[in-house]
Amino acid sequence: MFRKQECVAMLLAGGQGSRLYALTKHVAKPAVPYGGKYRIIDFPLSNCVNSGIETVGVLTQYQPLELNDYIGSGQPWDLDLMDAGVHILPPYQRSKGADWYKGTANAIYQNIPFIERYDPEYVLVLSGDHIYKMDYAKMIEEHKANNADCTIAVIEVEMEEASRFGILNTNPDGSIYEFDEKPAVPKSNLASMGIYVFNWQKLRHYLKADEKDKNSQNDFGKNVLPAMLNAGERMFAYRFEGYWKDVGTIDSLWEANMDLLNPRVPLDLSDETWKIYSRSSGLPPHYIADTAQVQNSMISEGGNIYGKVDFAVLFAGVTVEEGALVRDSIIMPGVTVKKGAVVQYAIVAEDAVIGENAVVGARPEDMQDLGEWGVAVVASGVKVGDGCQVPAKAMIDADIKKEAN
Amino acid sequence: MRHNTVMGLLFSDMHNEAVPELTGIRAIGSVPFGGRYRLIDFPLSNLVNAGVSKVGVVTKSNYQSLMDHLGSGKAWGLSRKSEGLYFLPPTGGGDEHYEGRITPLSGIMPFLRRSKEDYVILSDCHVVGNINYRKLLEYHIEKEADITMAYVKGVIPKNLQSPMMSIAYDGRVNDLYISDRSEHEIENYGIGLYVIGRELLIRFVETAMSRNQLSFEWDVLHRHIHDRRIFAYPVPEYLQVISSLESYFEANRALLDSAVREQLFKPKRKIYTKIRDTEPALYGLHSKVSNSLIADGCNIEGTVSNSIVFRNVRVARNAVIKNSIVMQGSVICGGTDLDYVVLDKNVCVRDGRSLKGCADYPISVKKNTMV
Repeated sequence: MFRKQECVAMLLAGGQGSRLYALTKHVAKPAVPYGGKYRIIDFPLSNCVNSGIETVGVLTQYQPLELNDYIGSGQPWDLDLMDAGVHILPPYQRSKGADWYKGTANAIYQNIPFIERYDPEYVLVLSGDHIYKMDYAKMIEEHKANNADCTIAVIEVEMEEASRFGILNTNPDGSIYEFDEKPAVPKSNLASMGIYVFNWQKLRHYLKADEKDKNSQNDFGKNVLPAMLNAGERMFAYRFEGYWKDVGTIDSLWEANMDLLNPRVPLDLSDETWKIYSRSSGLPPHYIADTAQVQNSMISEGGNIYGKVDFAVLFAGVTVEEGALVRDSIIMPGVTVKKGAVVQYAIVAEDAVIGENAVVGARPEDMQDLGEWGVAVVASGVKVGDGCQVPAKAMIDADIKKEAN
Repeated sequence: MRHNTVMGLLFSDMHNEAVPELTGIRAIGSVPFGGRYRLIDFPLSNLVNAGVSKVGVVTKSNYQSLMDHLGSGKAWGLSRKSEGLYFLPPTGGGDEHYEGRITPLSGIMPFLRRSKEDYVILSDCHVVGNINYRKLLEYHIEKEADITMAYVKGVIPKNLQSPMMSIAYDGRVNDLYISDRSEHEIENYGIGLYVIGRELLIRFVETAMSRNQLSFEWDVLHRHIHDRRIFAYPVPEYLQVISSLESYFEANRALLDSAVREQLFKPKRKIYTKIRDTEPALYGLHSKVSNSLIADGCNIEGTVSNSIVFRNVRVARNAVIKNSIVMQGSVICGGTDLDYVVLDKNVCVRDGRSLKGCADYPISVKKNTMV
């Protein structure tokens, strides 16, 4: 028997994150590094713990190895608990065949037995795609106060951008009367954050009905939520104010990291009352040498900095050799930037090596055709040979060497 | 059956008197070091890295900070069902102002008797080093020693309270003595690290206690030099002995040498410490940092050179820190000038103040002080 939990969180972490291309070739998107020492999944996991939710199912499917290793027993988030805690839930084989998770709703459907053993009142559905700090307990409180069946977290976006989001149209009391997926002419600017609270009994009913519907894509946004609304269930929007950023594209991942260097951006990772936990690198403090010049940057443990670093986020164990320049870039754990190399407007993934005098990325002001400009990406483990050039917007996922000529 | 033949015993406040500036409020094992560590992290990680899964931490007084640091031993992988970390405070009733090692050992006799391990590695917490204890144990077994004492040959650290030893060609200890020579002589000095059979240790402690002999070094080791096989193990690894504020200062500053960092912080033999989950360090528009170690959680707007800066330190614009050690949570305001200073935790240096020590006499500022 398991102790009853008022709320169980289900974290959808199976997505490939295909718009991150080379960065998610070998890891699931929630395991992508962010902010100098974190991975994206640290945010929803830490939010859960800080909100008092101690049972979290993590639904994995795409490239789960690194994510599984990272979560491990859940110890870094204090989720290594006796009955509760974090549980990795991959798709599995049953006596009557096996299924991949067909959609977000199907992933929860397949894990109904996991949820049932905690006999919860509420289920919180989360995704591993966003950087934000949110007290889910407040959202659940509002859900209760509204006597709602489903509550969806929303954030106000710029009206001009509203057509990029799933928009919720609400009555003055906050109840939802319409879903508008990427509307050409938006009626409101309340974008769904992909965070849902359900009354478990209601959700279970709709998941079972959805599973029986052969035409359904088994997706929350496309199928389950509209079905609930059509049936007249009480659905409410919960307004969230604060920093929230999707990191699903190269540009947004780059921007979200750069936001940490901007004191005006309201994302404070140093807040003692709402810590973001992560698995520690176990490395000593970083070293800044005599030859180094470091400004406007974030640097994590174990680094050895001999070159120039400006407007950059450096993860654990990064080496920047003498005469190298790193600016406007994100350098993930274990990367070496060798002597005289220049890395600018780039994301360099784990353990990559940038050879001597190589140039990765370009500044927009140096481009002749701005349309060609974009953040350059070097995938994990790739060696960029001495003197090589990686142009702006390029994506390198295999070693490159300078042609002998 | 788990094959577990070694246990560890750490003495967290032996040598407290070596650095009174920092041990007034804590045991020496709990003295902050190297930007994010405490001194006990070194022997504790060495034990764990040698596969030891049972460690007793012997404490005398002022052990709150140490308990807070160690917790259940999770950070060292010692929070476990089978064995793990044992906190061994004084049992009460006895004299808590004891000297030497015998009294605390007699206080933990039930723990020692209950244990099943063949060997005990005993270590003090005043040595910074990534030492392979496996090699030490192999040496002990290979020499069929009763007791093995780890030592270093070199200039005796100033103020060191450890026995010197003369050693025969086969590694056997001939004599133990306190050096009366000047401090520039080369000697073999002990570093408070021993291997001994568990049952033999119990016998030694019982005998010594019944005769009111309280010094492990003089009443046990020295007495048995001829009738027991006492061997000396030369520690091959880099290490620094903390025997004074100056040597504490030097041991920290040695970390600015990349070769030293490589020897201390090996990827395959990590030094573990309590995880604080602080965000990476942030450097501002006006920061100017050179030859320094900077820990997570720092916010640097000013100038820092030749220094060790611990977690969550704020250095304001126009602050200048040179040749200094700044511990966790300190705040250095604008227009300040610090040179050869050791700031304990949570010190605040207000606008425009300056503090200057010198290389052989660093100034220390107590925890929670407002300058």
